[in-house]
Parts: sequence; C-alpha cells; structure tokens
Amino acid sequence: MVYEDDNSEAVEMKHIISILLENEAGALSRVAGLFSARAYNIESLTVAPTDDPSLSRMTLVTTGTDDIVEQVCKQLNKLVDVVKLVNLTDDAHVERELILIKVKAENEQRDEVKRIVDIFNGHVIDMTDTTYTIEVTGDSEKIDAVLKALEHITMLEVVRSGQLGMGRGDKGMV
Amino acid sequence: MELTGAEVIIECLKAEGIDYVFGYPGGAVLHIYDAFYKQDDVQHILVRHEQGATHAADGYARATGKPGVVLVTSGPGATNAVTGIATAYMDSIPMIVITGQVPKHLIGNDAFQEVDSVGITRPIVKHNFLINDVNDIAETFKKAFYVATTGRPGPVVIDIPKDITAEKVAFEYPAEIEMRSYNPTVKGHNGQIKRAVDLIVKAERPMIYTGGGVILGDGSEQLRTFTRSLGYPITQTLMGLGAFPASDPLSLGMLGMHGTYEANMSMHHCDVLIAIGARFDDRVTGALEKFCPEAKIIHIDVDPASISKNVKVDIPIVGEVAPVLDAINALLGKSPELTNKGALEKWWAQINEWRAQDCLKYDRTCERIKPQFVVEELHKVTNGDAFITSDVGQHQMFAAQYYGFDKPRRWINSGGLGTMGFGLPAAMGVQLAHPDETVACITGESSIQMCIQELSTCKQYGMPLKIINLNNGYMGMVRQWQEFFYEKRYAMSYFDALPDFVALAESYGHVGIKVEKSADVRPALEEAFKQKDRLVFLDFITDREENVYPMIPAGAGLNEMILV
Repeated sequence: MVYEDDNSEAVEMKHIISILLENEAGALSRVAGLFSARAYNIESLTVAPTDDPSLSRMTLVTTGTDDIVEQVCKQLNKLVDVVKLVNLTDDAHVERELILIKVKAENEQRDEVKRIVDIFNGHVIDMTDTTYTIEVTGDSEKIDAVLKALEHITMLEVVRSGQLGMGRGDKGMV
Repeated sequence: MELTGAEVIIECLKAEGIDYVFGYPGGAVLHIYDAFYKQDDVQHILVRHEQGATHAADGYARATGKPGVVLVTSGPGATNAVTGIATAYMDSIPMIVITGQVPKHLIGNDAFQEVDSVGITRPIVKHNFLINDVNDIAETFKKAFYVATTGRPGPVVIDIPKDITAEKVAFEYPAEIEMRSYNPTVKGHNGQIKRAVDLIVKAERPMIYTGGGVILGDGSEQLRTFTRSLGYPITQTLMGLGAFPASDPLSLGMLGMHGTYEANMSMHHCDVLIAIGARFDDRVTGALEKFCPEAKIIHIDVDPASISKNVKVDIPIVGEVAPVLDAINALLGKSPELTNKGALEKWWAQINEWRAQDCLKYDRTCERIKPQFVVEELHKVTNGDAFITSDVGQHQMFAAQYYGFDKPRRWINSGGLGTMGFGLPAAMGVQLAHPDETVACITGESSIQMCIQELSTCKQYGMPLKIINLNNGYMGMVRQWQEFFYEKRYAMSYFDALPDFVALAESYGHVGIKVEKSADVRPALEEAFKQKDRLVFLDFITDREENVYPMIPAGAGLNEMILV
C-alpha cells in the first residue's frame, strides 16, 4: 500500500475536453458562461465549425480535481446545445497547439533564432530587416519549451491557438 | 392559409393545450397582443408587474404539472421577469417565457427598450432561443415546450423580434420533435436498481430522504408504495412536502436547517440513505464534512449533474422518479424480505425517543398570537386540504413545519431562490388552475409588500384567495439571524411605516380583517373562509420576536441543532 494516497482525488490535474456542439449563435457563450457562473477554470478554449457546418468542435482545457472535472463534464453535457462530450484525458489522444511569435532578429541573433526555430521544427513565415515571425506546432510542453528557448530574445508579440485534441485509434467522436 | 407570426404564436400555444398566459403588454409585443384580442381560446391574464406574471405562471405550473406561460415586452418587461425566471429555474419548474424584442434591424443598436434578453437570462434558464425567422416560430415553440417539460424541467425563454410577429407564414405545428443534443434519461439502469434493492433490504438504520423531484416527476404514488412496503422512516425537503403524507406515522417531517429533531438526527445516524429527487442543497446538508457520516447513499435523480455534486454517493441511479421507483417496487414485492428486522426495531425505538423531544412545541397558552398557532388553526379550518402558497422567511418555515401537507402540489413556495414576493402572484396561478379549490397565501408584512400590486389583478379576475399575513413588524428571519449572530443589532430589519393592511385590501376592493388576539384567530379564519367568492386579507398581529426552531446554524452538522 506504499502508493496509496488518501488525497489522490484532491489533486488538481489538467484535463483536455472535446465537445461537439450545435453551431448556433450563443452556443459558445453558454459554455463560457457556465465556467464563469460555476467558478470553473478555463486554461484555453478553441472552437470552429467542423466538416458538418451545423456542428462546431470545441477543445477546452481546464484544471481541477477529479470531482470538479466530473461536475464540469456533467454540467457541459446538460447544456442543450452540447451534442457530445469526451474527456480526452481518460484515454490515449493527440494534442496540438500552434504558436506565432514575432521576435527581434538583428545581426548575429538572426542566425541564432533561425537555429532555434529549426530545432523545434518550426518555420519563419514572415520577416523584416529586424524581425522574424515564427510558427511552431506541437503539444503544450513543446510550445512552452520554444518560449523558454527564446527567452533571451526580445519577443514583440506572442499568440497561441490553445490546444486542439483528438482521441487516438480508429473511432471518430460522432 | 398564411398567418402572421403573432397568430402563429397563439396557434402554438393552442396546440400545446395552454389555457392561460400571464403577461403585460408593451411596444415590442403589440402584434402578439393584437392576435390575443382576436381570439378566445387562450385567456390572457393581465398582471400589474412582470414579476407577478412569472410567479403566477410558476404557481400554475407547480399546482398542475403543466408548463406556465408568460408574455412580456422587450427591455424592462424582460428584466422585470428575471426574478421570476430565476425562481422557476432554481426549483425546476416548467415555464415558457415569451419576451418581445426590438425589430431585427435594430438589435445591437441600443434601441428603445432593447436588452439582450437571451444574454441576461442565459444562466437562469434551462435553454433559450432568439427567433430570427418567421418560419422558425412553430418549431422553436415545439422545442421550447419539449425542453421545458422533459428531463429535469425548467424555464425556457423565447425572444421574438417585433418585425417577425407581423410577417406571414403558413402554419404547421410539428407533431414530434427530435433533438440530437437533448435526450433525457427516463428509466434507471437495471444493474444499479438491483444493487440499490440489495442495499435497501439489508439496511439496519435506513432513512428515506425525498425532494421536489418526486412532485415534479409525479412519483408520489410510487413513493407511498415504496415507503409503506418497507416501513422505513422518511423525511422530506421543503420542496418535497406533500409527496408523502405528513400525517403518516412513517413521516418524520422536514429535514435541514429548520427541520425536525427526529428527521435531522435520523439523517445523521442512518446507515443507508435513500435520496430520491433531492439535490443535497446546503440548507439540507448543513456542513458537508459532517453529513451522514455512517451512511451508504443511494441517489435517484433525473439530472446526472445533481448526483455526487455536493455529496459523493455510492449507488447513483439516473432516471425519472416514477419509473425508477416502479422498478424498485417490483423487485421488492408487496412485503419485502428485510434481513435486519431486529436492528430496524431498535432504530424505530431510537427515532421515537428523538420524536418525544417534541421539537415543534411552542407556547399555546400565549395571549399574543403565535404564528405557529395561526398555521395550525388554518390547517383545521381548511381540513388540511388547501393549496398553500408562501413567501419567504419565518412564515414560510412555520407553514412548512405546521401545516402538514398530505398531498403533492399543495405546498407552493420558492425554495431554491428564496424569492420574497412569490406568494401572492403564485396563488393567483394556483387559483386559476383550480377555481373550485381553497387557496391561501401564508405571508408576512415584508414579503407581501414586494408584489402587493397583484391585489389589483385578483380583483379584476375575481380570485377569492385568502391571504394570511403573519405580521410581526419585522423581517422576521433577518431579525432572527441578527438576534442569534449579531447580538440583537436589528439593522434595517424593521419597518417604521407599515400600511394599514385592512384599508389597503379594501382600497383594492377586497375584504380586510385585522386580528390581534389569540382567541380571535379561529373565528376570523372561519369568517374569512366562509366568504367563498371574495379575497380576504387577514392581518394577524403576531408575537413580535418569535423564532423558528429547531435551527441548525450555518456550518454546523445535522446533529447540532438549536432547540427551543
């Protein structure tokens, strides 16, 4: 019983939740409103229509204890606009996030920035005489690592997409 | 034949079998009012304030199980309805609220009487709609009624821009509706039901705890069969009163903050708790970490989000109360084999000891009028068979504790939101639903003033309500908390200038009676209830600093009650 921990349930963990919802005006605000009304955390939230234009797919990252995240999922499922919900954290899944960073790149730093971008399999997608705009995709850990690697470079602008997620294997969500 | 959007709305209401709409006109809904004028099938009840419309529709729904319907205009019409919508939402009452909206081309322009009604009501509705096209009216109404009345019921708002109500369309009401995103569970899971039955028959110290869900789900019959076949003790929440008869010896009365000693002690000491259509509200559980420390918990509820929300349960059963209890009753049979009869006998002996405390005792010899006494006398005069609405505060608790409801849907109060001003308009809805029944509103001098204008509506429609005003000159419950927890600093809980309620009632065209002595309570009540076709406002001047006992202070456990 060495690993038994009575407080294991009370540990706050990051959860990535995938939601299919009706692509209707106000559906997004129902989800966002639920989180503020019930004092749940949202770390990131992305939403866009799917191949079926009547449906939107949302990926939502939240942190909380297992009990709280269970409540979050139940409350989301209760929203009339929510068609289906999967907590991707429960099973094997892939995650991707996209980051765009505009950095100062002058003189010898131009080569250094380019090297860092290559190491992270990123691309320079725009440039001026003094700046690069970089694109990198990966899971959140990798995106955090890119930011850390560029810490000593002057970042002019940073935008992250928030995470997207999908279950592994041969089954679809619908 | 083509109809206008406004006429389509009326046709939708007719198709849903709606006989009353409670509302108040205004610019954005004038086309709809014009359509009302041209027909007789759906009667419109004109209230004096939109809050009154929502509470009246709510009272109608609680007394019948049918959805209440409200019609208000845009802007202030919608915002005035908000309190009533939230009241219905907290108690899961099926209601359709039609709000007018400014014409489509003005939406978002800060137009006259424009508010984002869908946005404002979003957190207090089960669902809401903004109709953008006259072709969508019929289907939206079908969906709205379906969502409001199925699963865990609740209010649904339909916001309709004015221009749409004038456009023409061919009317066809959908016979059926299917929504891929909304499929409430009806029947419970068989495996879970079997596990529950196994636990139920083995219980040594069982306790049945039921809530408003039993009434909303029309499960009273099943609950009676279930409880009586087992012979287990039962306690009901404020919202659940009447689902099981208060006069049955198995009933331990209400539980929670102002529950009985025997109910709360039995909760605290039980080993199997059977929760049915109840949601473990904070006024019921007291401190969560001290709640039912020894119990395995079974929870039957139609709303999965209510299960394990506040209290972790051992056997969850998602489904409607009636079919789930039917399934359980079928497995139990007529005389279930209980494996712990000896323990059960001891348990009842213990409960009866707690009962002997007589926690609801009060000074019956007092010359000043005790509020409890008025409620008990009211029970006698009405044979315990009246529909009772209430406002919020001490009088609400006295009504819940002392009236003794034997039937469901007879006790109508704002439990979740605790809305002062609910009682009088709710009683109007109840009276319309049951024109031949006795309807009384137990209220206080503070609550009644929050929707007093509806006395005028009562006059217009000849509603013979009996208003039982327990007038102690204080916001009684606020004063009680200030006495207990703020060293009697009665901040703002006292009215310096109360109206003469008798004259007030008379000015609205009703009968007013003032009662100041205990000995006059019974005759006054008898006199009032003799007047079958008049609204009688009884102003009882009660003992000023009477408190509601027992009481569990906030943060305490159910076994830590303050008794008289």
